[in-house]
Formats: sequence, structure tokens, C-alpha cells
Amino acid sequence: MAAKSSLVNMAVCLTAVCLVCAAILGVTYAVTKEPIDNAALAEAQASIAKVLPQGEAISEEKSADVEGILGYYVQTAADGSVSAYAVKTVTGGFGGPVTLMVGVLPDGTVYNTSVLSHAETPGLGAKCTEENSHFREQWKGFKGKLAVTKDGGDIDAITASTITSRAYTKAVAQAVALVAGFSGEETDAASGASVNNKEEQDNG
Amino acid sequence: MANKLSIITKGLLKENPTFVLVLGMCPTLATTTSAMNGLEMGLATMFVLILSNIVISLIAPVVPDKVHIPVYIVVIATFVTVLQLLMQAFTPDVYKTLGLFIPLIVVNCIILGRAEAFANKNSVWDSALDGIGIGLGFTLSLTVIGIVREILGSGAVFGFKFISGDGILAFVMAPGAFLVLGYLMVLFNKIAKK
Amino acid sequence: MEYLLIIVSAIFVNNIVLAQFLGICPFLGVSNKLSTASGMSLAVCFVITLATVVTYLINKFLLVPFGLTFLQTIAFILVIAALVQMVEIVLKKVSPALYQALGIFLPLITTNCAVLGVAINVVTKEFTFGGEAHMLNLGEATVYAFATSLGYGLAMVLFAGIREHLSLNEVPKAFKGLPIALISVGIMALAFLGFSGIV
Repeated sequence: MAAKSSLVNMAVCLTAVCLVCAAILGVTYAVTKEPIDNAALAEAQASIAKVLPQGEAISEEKSADVEGILGYYVQTAADGSVSAYAVKTVTGGFGGPVTLMVGVLPDGTVYNTSVLSHAETPGLGAKCTEENSHFREQWKGFKGKLAVTKDGGDIDAITASTITSRAYTKAVAQAVALVAGFSGEETDAASGASVNNKEEQDNG
Repeated sequence: MANKLSIITKGLLKENPTFVLVLGMCPTLATTTSAMNGLEMGLATMFVLILSNIVISLIAPVVPDKVHIPVYIVVIATFVTVLQLLMQAFTPDVYKTLGLFIPLIVVNCIILGRAEAFANKNSVWDSALDGIGIGLGFTLSLTVIGIVREILGSGAVFGFKFISGDGILAFVMAPGAFLVLGYLMVLFNKIAKK
Repeated sequence: MEYLLIIVSAIFVNNIVLAQFLGICPFLGVSNKLSTASGMSLAVCFVITLATVVTYLINKFLLVPFGLTFLQTIAFILVIAALVQMVEIVLKKVSPALYQALGIFLPLITTNCAVLGVAINVVTKEFTFGGEAHMLNLGEATVYAFATSLGYGLAMVLFAGIREHLSLNEVPKAFKGLPIALISVGIMALAFLGFSGIV
């Protein structure tokens, strides 16, 4: 059966096996790189399309150095003005991180939301993934106080899953806050108002 | 021919990896929240098992005895990585669902176990058949556990709901996995060992 | 505070055996007796913590800078296998007493998926402790790995205690051995479910 061991044949054997395996892996990686990138891109685009109004041009992923924001995309209308943002945002839920894609219009209205990943309890918190449920429907066109009703806000929590609902709401709030920051800049730039003035006001 | 066929069929009953050999318990318990997940996990494991069985039966005669375990681990890990890359490329959703348990196929004792117990002393052809047989047995077991858990936990089979509302949620969560496997094993003992 | 949350979460809420299904094979295999169960737990504790630190560093300073993260699985399993061998050799030389206690469990640990599972989890998953989701830094990763392995030991020792009692009882023939053990673990997991949500 197995060959007798000596230092030479052990070294030769291990080296040969490692070389062959490295070659196999290298080839597989090279072959699958494009499909993997495409799959990731298609997934990102599908999740963006779900939460934004029908298609205008969408930018590359941009990153924002804000806690809880994983990245965002800007959608521009035909005339070049910004028509909506899609924000990838994460918070801690009941069982682990809850990652959402949130579509936000420049005026701060939530267009739609979708769940990218979560680890919530099946049948309880995991209901936040159910499309067409009341919890999910209420986000469409939502503009109001971003907190669950228990905390004095306008969001009806999922029954028996307040923690998940809070996490979901917090994630959306992060996205809306990010867009609110942008909209300030955008209108300043558009109206030609001096940015310095604004800063002075803030300081004052 | 009957002999060859028995190599495949023994994996289903007599040497069933889940209910008789009790190997590879982690994915068995963790990924069987639904019938579909169980089936996919079984197929992924079968892919690695068949390929590693074939390659190991080919190289076993020239591998020095003292380094055979490291060599086998490298071979298995290579195929697992190939599987990871292929799944990311062509079935990204499945890859996301099964998550951690795809890379963990490396340490699934079924695979190293079959390499040690069968592939390193049998012909390539027989080893491939053994991989198919054990792989099928594993897939079947996982699917059955998945079906039971899905019926009890979500009131559905392969995603088709037959009751409205929820099932007994505990069966989708961790305790249900242990309980279902335990009772299925009892059932298997009753039927198979008569 | 952060560290306390990590510890409670890793030991009770996300117990590695009862909630994450990692390391089940040795869990079922060596939990027949309390003494072997505690020996195995110690060995696992040692290796998980060490392996997580080493693989974390390898991932951060080798795999990520060179864009080789797709090699995580193969790199980690080889590092773990080598590490276990080294621990065995060092232990044999430095502390024969400890080697006596842990030695026979060490070879089994390479294929304990808890070790690889924790190592991969730490570098790929985002964790939420206290509401914010983020990747673990080295200190947190070490504490997490250590606490996780304590959780492993806890589950193992508790279960070994139950099993020692079980073996003295008459159970129906078809339930003998593993089936009744699995059902007991199920009930234990049900109890641990009560911890969920406290972190």
C-alpha cells in the first residue's frame, strides 16, 4: 500500500502535492473570478433596484466614514440632478448584525427597504424579511418619527420582536441621517450659497 | 456488477454516515433547517467526497506513510476551496445560506474517514462509487432531517406551505435539530436493526 | 464592559455546541466520562485560543494584503494542523504532566470543526456586542475565542454529568447510546435558548 517513508520522499511528496494543489487553485480562482465579481455586482444591483424608483443611472459604490454605514449609491435623473440614494447600513439586532439596503429620496422620505443579511430568530425577528407584511409595507414612502411606537415613534413593531424592529428602524434612521447630511451640501452647492457662511452660523 | 452496486447501496443503509457511522454531525445539525438546505449541504459534501476519494486512491500508493494525513488534508482543502469558489460564482445564494459550513467540509470526519478507511486501499473506480454511495447516504439523511424539521417548524415541505401561520419554532432552532436527529436515530434503529 | 458582553455572549447566548453546532463529533464522542470530558475541554480551550490568535494575524498581515482571502480555508486548516503538532511536541518537552493529561486529545483536535469554525468566524463575520456591528480586533478576537472555548467546556462537562447518570438508567433498547444522548442535548439546548436576547 503506502510507500516507505524517508526524509527525501516525504519532502518530495509534500512539495509535489502542494504545487499541484496550488496550480489547481490558481486556475480555479482565475476562471471563477469574473463570474464571482459578476454575481456580486448583480446581487448589489438587484438589491438597489428593489429599493429605488425605476431606473436612472446609478453610481459606483461610495463609502462614507460613518458608524453603521457600509456604503451608498447615488441615483441621478436624466438632467443630472440626484433623484435618490441607496444606502447599505448595519446595526445589531437580536441574533447578530442586521444589514439593510435603504432607498432614500433627497427630501428624506424612505422609498423602500430590503434585508441583505440577518441572523434573527426564525418565525419571530426573521419576519422582517417577509415582503408585503405590514412591517415592510409601512416603510414605503415613510416620512415621520423614526422609532417604534413603543418608543414614541411612528413605526409599528413586529409582534414579539421589538428588538429586531428597533434594530431595523435604527438602521433606516442611519441611512436617512446620512442622506440628510448630503442634501444639505447639495442644496448649498445648487443655490450657490457660501459654505463658509453656513459653517460660521454653525459655530455661532 | 452486484458487487459494485453494493458499494453504493451500503452507504444508504448499512454504513449510513449519519445514522450508523454518526460522522459529520455539525453540518447535519446546523444546516437542516429546511429540506432544501439539507439537500444542498449533502450535495456539496458529496462533491468534495467523490473528488477526494478519486484523487486519494490515485496517489495513495506513492505517498509516504508518515505524511499521508497532511497530504490528504491538503487535497481535501483544495477541493473545498474549489467548491467555495464555484459556489460563489454560480450559486451565490446557496453559498450565503450554508455559510460557514461550506469551508468546514474540510474537517468533516466523513471525508477524511472515507479516505483512511476506503479510498487509500481500493481502486479508483471503487473509491468513486464509495464516494457516491456515502455521499448519497449523507444527502438522503440530511434531506430527511430537513423535511421533518421543516414540517414541524415551518409547516412546509421544500418551501411549499401547507398550513398558514408558523409551526413549532423550536424545531427550526438548535434544540429541534438535536431532538429530531435523536428520534430519527431511534426510528432507524428500530427498522434497520431488526 | 465590551469584553464582559463578549464573554457572556460567547459562553451562554451563542454557545458553540448548543447554538452554533460546532465541535459536535468530539462532544458526543468523549463525553461519556466526566474526566475525559474535562481533559478534552482543556485541550480545546488551549488550541482554540492559540489558533485564533495565529490565524487572525496570518489573515491580517498575509492573506488580506495580498488579496488571497480565498485561501483562508486551506491556509487555516494547515496552520491549525501544524500548530496542534507543535503544541504536542512542546508540551511533551516542557510539561510532561500536562502532556499526560491532554496528550491523547490533541491529535483529535485538528479535525474538531470548532477550532476552524471559530478561526473563520472571527475574521469573516461581523459581531454585535452592545448594538453596534463591527469586525473584531485582535484583543476582542482573543477574548471571544477563549470565552467560546469556555462555553465548549461548560456544555461538555454538564453533558458528561448527565450522561454518567444516563448510563445507570434503563432506557428502551432503540434509545440506547447516542439517540438518548442526542435527545438530552436537545433538552439542554432548549434550556440555553432561554439566554438568547440578554446581550
